[in-house]
Amino acid sequence: MSELDHAQTTRHIRVTVNGVSYERDVLTRTHLGDFLRQELGLTGTHLGCEHGVCGACTIILDGQPIRSCLMLAVQADGAVIRTIEGLAQADGTLHPVQEAFWDKHGLQCGFCTPGMLTTLAAVLEADPTMDETAIREAISGNICRCTGYETIVDAALQAASRMRGGH
Amino acid sequence: MGARYFGAAVKRLEDPKLITGRGQYLDDIPMPGVLHVAVVRSPHAHALINAIDASMARDHAGVVAVLTAADLGEMAQKPMPMMAPAPMVKTPLTQSPLANGSVHYVGEAVALVVAESRAVAEDAAAMVMVDYDPLPAMVDLAHALKDGANLANKALQSNLAGTLKGGFGDVAGVFAKAAHVFKETLSLHRGGCHAMECRGVMARPDPAGNRIDIWSSTQSPYMVRRALALCLGMDEASVRVTAPDVGGGFGPKAVVYAEDYAIPMAARHLGRPLKWVEDRGEHFVATTQQRDQLWELEVAADAQGRMLGVRGHCLHDNGAYLPYGVVLPVTSMSSFPGPYALEALEISLDVIYTNMVPNTPVRGAGRPNTCFVLERLADRVARELGIPREDVRRRSFVQASQFPYETGMKARDGSPVSYDSGDYVQCLDLAVAKFGSDFKARQDKARAEGRYIGMGIASYVEDTGLAPYEGATIRVQPNGKVLLLTGAAAQGQGHKTVFAQIAADQLGISPQDITVEAGDTSLFPLGIGTIASRVAVTGGSSVHMAAVETRAKAIKVASQVLEAQEADLVLEGGFVKVSGTDRQVSLGQLALMLHGNFGQPLPAGIAPGLSATAFYEARQTTFANGTNLCEVEVDIETGAVKILRYVVAHDCGTLINPMLVDGQIRGGVVHGIGNALFERMIYDENGQPQTTNYGEYLLPLATEMPRIEIVHMESPSPRNPIGVKGAGEGGTIPAAACVISAIEDALSPFNARLKSHPVSPQDLVQLVDQG
Amino acid sequence: MKASAFAYHDPKTVQELNSLLGSLENVRILAGGQSLMPMLNMRYAFPDHVIDINHIADLAELAMTPAGLRIGAMTRQRIVREHPLVLQHAPVLAEALHWVGHVQTRARGTIGGSLCHLDPAAEQPCIAALYDAVLHVSGPRGARDVPMRDWVVSYMTPNLEPDEALLGLTLPVWTTQGQNVGHGFHEFARRHGDYAIVAAAALVSLDAGKVVRRAAIALAGVDVKPVRLDIAEQALLGQVLDHDLIATVSAMAATIEMMEDAHITPAYRGRLAQTMTKRALTDALNRATGGRNV
Ligand code: FES
Ligand code: FES
Repeated sequence: MSELDHAQTTRHIRVTVNGVSYERDVLTRTHLGDFLRQELGLTGTHLGCEHGVCGACTIILDGQPIRSCLMLAVQADGAVIRTIEGLAQADGTLHPVQEAFWDKHGLQCGFCTPGMLTTLAAVLEADPTMDETAIREAISGNICRCTGYETIVDAALQAASRMRGGH
Repeated sequence: MGARYFGAAVKRLEDPKLITGRGQYLDDIPMPGVLHVAVVRSPHAHALINAIDASMARDHAGVVAVLTAADLGEMAQKPMPMMAPAPMVKTPLTQSPLANGSVHYVGEAVALVVAESRAVAEDAAAMVMVDYDPLPAMVDLAHALKDGANLANKALQSNLAGTLKGGFGDVAGVFAKAAHVFKETLSLHRGGCHAMECRGVMARPDPAGNRIDIWSSTQSPYMVRRALALCLGMDEASVRVTAPDVGGGFGPKAVVYAEDYAIPMAARHLGRPLKWVEDRGEHFVATTQQRDQLWELEVAADAQGRMLGVRGHCLHDNGAYLPYGVVLPVTSMSSFPGPYALEALEISLDVIYTNMVPNTPVRGAGRPNTCFVLERLADRVARELGIPREDVRRRSFVQASQFPYETGMKARDGSPVSYDSGDYVQCLDLAVAKFGSDFKARQDKARAEGRYIGMGIASYVEDTGLAPYEGATIRVQPNGKVLLLTGAAAQGQGHKTVFAQIAADQLGISPQDITVEAGDTSLFPLGIGTIASRVAVTGGSSVHMAAVETRAKAIKVASQVLEAQEADLVLEGGFVKVSGTDRQVSLGQLALMLHGNFGQPLPAGIAPGLSATAFYEARQTTFANGTNLCEVEVDIETGAVKILRYVVAHDCGTLINPMLVDGQIRGGVVHGIGNALFERMIYDENGQPQTTNYGEYLLPLATEMPRIEIVHMESPSPRNPIGVKGAGEGGTIPAAACVISAIEDALSPFNARLKSHPVSPQDLVQLVDQG
Repeated sequence: MKASAFAYHDPKTVQELNSLLGSLENVRILAGGQSLMPMLNMRYAFPDHVIDINHIADLAELAMTPAGLRIGAMTRQRIVREHPLVLQHAPVLAEALHWVGHVQTRARGTIGGSLCHLDPAAEQPCIAALYDAVLHVSGPRGARDVPMRDWVVSYMTPNLEPDEALLGLTLPVWTTQGQNVGHGFHEFARRHGDYAIVAAAALVSLDAGKVVRRAAIALAGVDVKPVRLDIAEQALLGQVLDHDLIATVSAMAATIEMMEDAHITPAYRGRLAQTMTKRALTDALNRATGGRNV
């Protein structure tokens, strides 16, 4: 790759992350997860496998939960992104899924948690009527080695209920 | 003092930062000027290294250095010390921080590439030319001791590292008089820990070279400090090791690895901060694994199905090295006789070297293995005698009246193994009651419909609260808040919360007023590590002791300040109060007094500081126990197994936080289900790992895992001041055995016999077809 | 686990794409990234050039044409799965997509990406085979159409020259008047979202007397390419579809030659092929006779 010139391996991008816009030069080979973590310092997005299976790197891109290790940073040019750092409101009020994870012991080591929370926030915001089966399917692309998933499911059910206006 | 927090489902203090993305795991720590390391690893299971040519890699733009063992000096070439020395091993083999002339498993560290970014380091790692002479690999455990077997290491005469023997009673006599003797051949397969955060090490030397700060994603920061200080010839005070937030451990992160040595050595060599973060591909080949064992056993039972004796032999694969000595096979051995009051036992266990990733404890250590073989034997007795499986257990268990019960085995220090407390039959009965009594009827009905459901059962006893000690300091600050310092770091268990709960009750404050700092060697002098379900017992007891002492001190000083009898004082809401009056003094004021002022002596007989440090020394082990029941359905057309229900009855003594204990159990059970149904670390005949990504190596997912119904029994341990026993592994230990038992029951119309795990759908279809 | 360096190109039109393909060597096309990105990160692939086709707008169109349902290569799996035209004209595709990956991968993954990656057990090529789809290919030397039967050249290799790209496909969906069409899709995978070990898709068109007038059965995971179960399709034609017939023709699935690998025996694949075919046909029968027109 020595002949490759700088122009082809570096790009200038603009992204909006958690309501803040950023402009950066990025190496084209850098995946979006690394970009968020290293260039923007948003280390809440975790990398558990970097081959698209564990789901720890999940972020919300233009409204959809996606794996940030499976997208190049350069591809996010112009995108609107939410990460774990942007789920709570500016005044610190937790998102219902965050609140529920705390209530229901939905996390142990916390490493899978950002991916779980972003996935669940995205799918429950789209459809807060999900039942246990739908929730388990929604997080089937997120591996947790600590919890055995049950408390995560319980937390999601509680959050769904709150998001429907229940208690 | 009432127990307001001890025993309550207190929400975790750890969570607010972790649910908002403010956790700080190793790779999240900002480090100006840090350079990134990629490790060149062996592509061969067994080979000699003739030469390493790093010239092309060194010339690559962005590369700062390529370092081999020769570059890092003598200590990088010497075998690392065994973490638990094993005098019985004639040829003790451990790897050196970087390979020194030979490699013995695919993934062994050979060289470090240091560069401005990880990507560049990986570019250059591919350019390091290592000239290998491949040697035949030893991967077939069953043939390891046969004539002509490949040797796993040129230093060996035989692949046998050593033999452990254990037992008690008149084995020949018991087997001779027994009404029944049955023989079984059983095996278990290896998997990995697969903490969602891989390992990682960062090191920052000070410019003068006199100090080094190390961050490691480890379960044992004090072991890393000890190892590094000895290896580098430095004072322990000059080696600061911090375990930051750690994303799961499950055993393998308790090992001090090659990278834990090599990265700090390289950082000192270069005088620059360095970071290495294991990627998932490396995790499959460079983080320790566990469970390969082959067993031949016999069980003796009386006419009523009471198990009287067990004898057997095991081939235990420990991989290429013994980083943790023989701790792993020892835990297998010492888990006999499980919950069973056997009259006689005789086990021998051959520890074998192979050319695969070294083995050290993975959640449960050797215990799930022993549980699996004992439970398979118990099921066998039940089947042969035509009695319910739970009855074999009830009849064979240590009975409640027998505690403390000496099993006949010897502990690591040579003392008799003695179970402290419990009622194994009652705990089993709780599980059976929760499971319900209609299973047989449902099974018959299902079979009539062509559906195959089965019930599984497995019981276990777990030694918890491993010696030697943990310690804690409690310090009340002048603002009334409490600092709690300990060496017992966590990897997700929630130590901060449970320690704060224990201390809060003693001090009459809320857990939220306590800041717990753990896992930084500069904050607390000594520690061992978070392994073997030991921290609730050792760490928890030390916190309790320090809190009791702090409380006593507060009362003593307050009685002078308030001019009241100590007996009339209570701690409440951050104050020491004279009960029945409005006279009080805050803990903060007392702390301020005891911090002292220039020229003013402290009250006579009172040491400075409203604080106390205590170490709890575990002189005797505590034993948790439990019985699991589960229900599965096997689709005989595809071999698919669906777990329909899973019930756990569990006794880990007094519960500090039932919500967190349940979390440990659930996570542990699912790990065991993974071992039973999904996780298979495959090597080919040349020792090449075949399952090195998460498409090939299957971890349990939310869609396949059942709900886990838990019933607690609380038999306090008399062996520590808070009555607790460990809970970290009790979920995993019986789970695989339980699932396998259920599958065998489901497929009993086909006379299926399950003798190993994991089982795949394809395996089950074969059993159905043979039936 | 970081990708090696490459030059990045993001054409906005098919013409730009064609000229890049015509001028560059050692190229990989980046569609949804769900297969290529892992290979880049794991350094299983070392392209000098990556051409990102996410910015070519017309590649994400989904429309009904006289030839059938035309789906652009860059249509995301999430969109396909929920699209009203798919649900109306090819519901078996939506059903198959339920088994594909996870919510996060379907949000990015594309139908074209799957058809080019060609995992032997993948669901989307199986559905393309079920419908005898036509694949639309383009390159600097012009465009061409490739029938699905000729699409898979060998293991994980599509019928594409190095300078060609897949633009989309057309599913000639069944518009059988006065008949009842039913579909079924079943697969066996170790876990939800994994590649199947074996999958079966079935389409039947029945007349009022439940006589099969048209049938298609496609299997994934039995060979390097999706396989149409022609013998079973023939055996169904003109017969009244019932459970006995389903049992008979499903058994034919077990008789075809199965690929072999280190972990799965041909016998087990055959058993799964039979079982999945039976289940897919049973669903198809139930749907065709349940009054639900496809
Ligand atoms: S890090 Fe992206 S899926 Fe695992
Ligand atoms: S909480 Fe540790 S991996 Fe999920």
